[in-house]
Amino acid sequence: MINSSSSKKHGTDQQEISGPTAKSQRAQMGKPEESENKKRLKDVEISVPIVFGNAAFWLGKKASDYQSHKWTVYVRGATNEDLSVVVKRAVFQLHSSFNNPTRVVESAPFELSESGWGEFEIAITLYFHSDVCEKPLNLFHHLKLYPEDESGPMSTKKPVVVEFYDEIVFTEPSESFLARVQNHPAVTFPRLPAGFTLPPPDESKRNRGDTKDHPLSQWFLNFSEADELLQLAAARQQVQAHIAKLRRQISMIDGQNQQLKPPSDQ
Amino acid sequence: MDAKDILGLPKTPLPITQEKKSRPQKDSQRKPDGISREVYALTGGLAPLMPSIDVSQLKRRPPSDEKITWQWLPFTSSARKDDLQLYHWARVVNGVPPTGDYSFAKYNKSVDVIRYTDEEYEKYLTDPTWTKEETDQLFDFCERFDLRFIIIADRFPTSRTVEELKDRYYSVSRAILIARAPSPGEVAGHPLVKEPYNVSQETERKRALSMVLSQTKHQERKDAEVIAEAKRIAESRMAAQGVEEPDLPVTSDIGPENAEKAIGHGDAISPSNVHVPSAAVAPSTSILADNTSTLASLRMLRVYLRTYALEQMVQAASSSAGLRTIKRVEQTLQDLGVNLKPKVPTKAVCAEHLELRKEILTLLNLQKQLQYKEAEGSSFRDGSYGDMPGTPKRSLRAADQDRTFVPDTISFGGERVGKREQKRKGPGRVSETPSSPAHKRPRKLKASDL
Repeated sequence: MINSSSSKKHGTDQQEISGPTAKSQRAQMGKPEESENKKRLKDVEISVPIVFGNAAFWLGKKASDYQSHKWTVYVRGATNEDLSVVVKRAVFQLHSSFNNPTRVVESAPFELSESGWGEFEIAITLYFHSDVCEKPLNLFHHLKLYPEDESGPMSTKKPVVVEFYDEIVFTEPSESFLARVQNHPAVTFPRLPAGFTLPPPDESKRNRGDTKDHPLSQWFLNFSEADELLQLAAARQQVQAHIAKLRRQISMIDGQNQQLKPPSDQ
Repeated sequence: MDAKDILGLPKTPLPITQEKKSRPQKDSQRKPDGISREVYALTGGLAPLMPSIDVSQLKRRPPSDEKITWQWLPFTSSARKDDLQLYHWARVVNGVPPTGDYSFAKYNKSVDVIRYTDEEYEKYLTDPTWTKEETDQLFDFCERFDLRFIIIADRFPTSRTVEELKDRYYSVSRAILIARAPSPGEVAGHPLVKEPYNVSQETERKRALSMVLSQTKHQERKDAEVIAEAKRIAESRMAAQGVEEPDLPVTSDIGPENAEKAIGHGDAISPSNVHVPSAAVAPSTSILADNTSTLASLRMLRVYLRTYALEQMVQAASSSAGLRTIKRVEQTLQDLGVNLKPKVPTKAVCAEHLELRKEILTLLNLQKQLQYKEAEGSSFRDGSYGDMPGTPKRSLRAADQDRTFVPDTISFGGERVGKREQKRKGPGRVSETPSSPAHKRPRKLKASDL
């Protein structure tokens, strides 16, 4: 997903009165933030689409009572791009029955593999680079090992995969952050205020942290907003038509009630 | 006789000799061995199906090899500082009295009150508000009363509050610990060093507690009212600010929290914290205000998840609606085939989703409005029952029908407006058209309607 084209996808861009950060599109020049000499752009937001979840393989014959599945919990870029441009490290908090339940992953891919038998909630805390955001962000994922269809056979070849799509939104990003990530495919770049220019990014420090060739990538799910948008648009149309109808009816009845009032009033 | 009844014994008045003979026979009936008669009778005279007590265990223990007697013997306790000798019954086994310390001596624990030397006092512990004698006396009391400060405060010759005594004791002990420690690192873990006693905080806390405890019911109610009022005022204030200057950072989020804290501390403070703003904001702007305030609070977060943002916006939008309305919105969404929580929450999708929800809310409101109007209309017509025999029933039916919006994905029933009109012509009808909207069945959208 490359920068500003994402917001121009559907032509409804122009009438984006209702979006939560509509103001970001008609942003004014940001006022410099006093702290740390970082210039931040007000009314601008930058988002990073991510997918997080787990893949779990049943161990089949090699399964024991306490280790029936081998699973991997992860956070990846939605298009399998490298998240380490934004994320400094990820901390996975496992169930207390695991040794060292706090697992820290310092580089992409941000994932953790373990073996076990139980499903539990994993708290994932993402820490960002200092020019991105000082505060960490928490995600929660309920580990899933067993397939939905309980009666179905469990296979050692095909994992149980549960993924969720979400977007991390950074408000009032700093200039340095914006400069660093412009043109990076993992990030949805905002439209900048008119006339605003950024220094070119530093191409040299690019480590390979994307998950395009990840061993699990064949199981990754695809998330396309197109279907959902279509669904929503159709629904809205229906509702709007119905609203119009009701409005007509109401005004009709209003008229009639006006006529009725004088004669039949008790 | 009654006693025998109660005990469940047979009533036969056998003479004693006969009793003796017949006893072996009746024994099994009367009681099991091993339990006394009274105890057995407690169970109602019936044997339980499963004996809860293993009968063979009772009173049938094999006689132990040891000879046990009980003797009145003297003893001393290590817990005592004097050598007082007291006497008690002791279980003597084979002529050997029990050895070891008095069994309860181990419970004689006391607190390790640190005692300072005079030089240490001169060097580290002088304090303008405390004399050495007082401090000495304090420490004596602490040792004597095991740090029971309430008692110490009670007995202290000069009047000092519990907090002052605690403060002096803890700061002295802490200073001594630090002074005596070879290096600061070693004592850093000691609880006295890690968490110093905070007098002002403690005083405040106790005062707040006592205020809360002594609140009458009347006060409680008043407090609840004030909190609600504060919240409303803060919100309307936010709305006023939000509507006028959307770029101002919203600090009034903190407002209601502050008011609540203030109230928690004591109702004396709260009335002064809550000002009534002069600007009253009309309810129709409240939804806009909610939106703006949510936006502002999201912005303050600096980083958040899109799904979280959507949740907040949805909540803000439905804040004016009751639970039932919210459920109806969700039902409608499901009927329309839309996920309650978008599976791919991009910015565009979230925006559309939010708009859809708002439109559904509008729709539901309009439906309600329509119902009211029709009810109104039919109540006007209800003036003369005689003229229009059919109307009351029909208008009631119309008003009662829950006009649920059933989208065309589910059904394609046709709405034959025109035809129904003709059928429903009744005598003495003022006009025909008003009746038709009143008598519609639950609406089903025709494909041609769209």
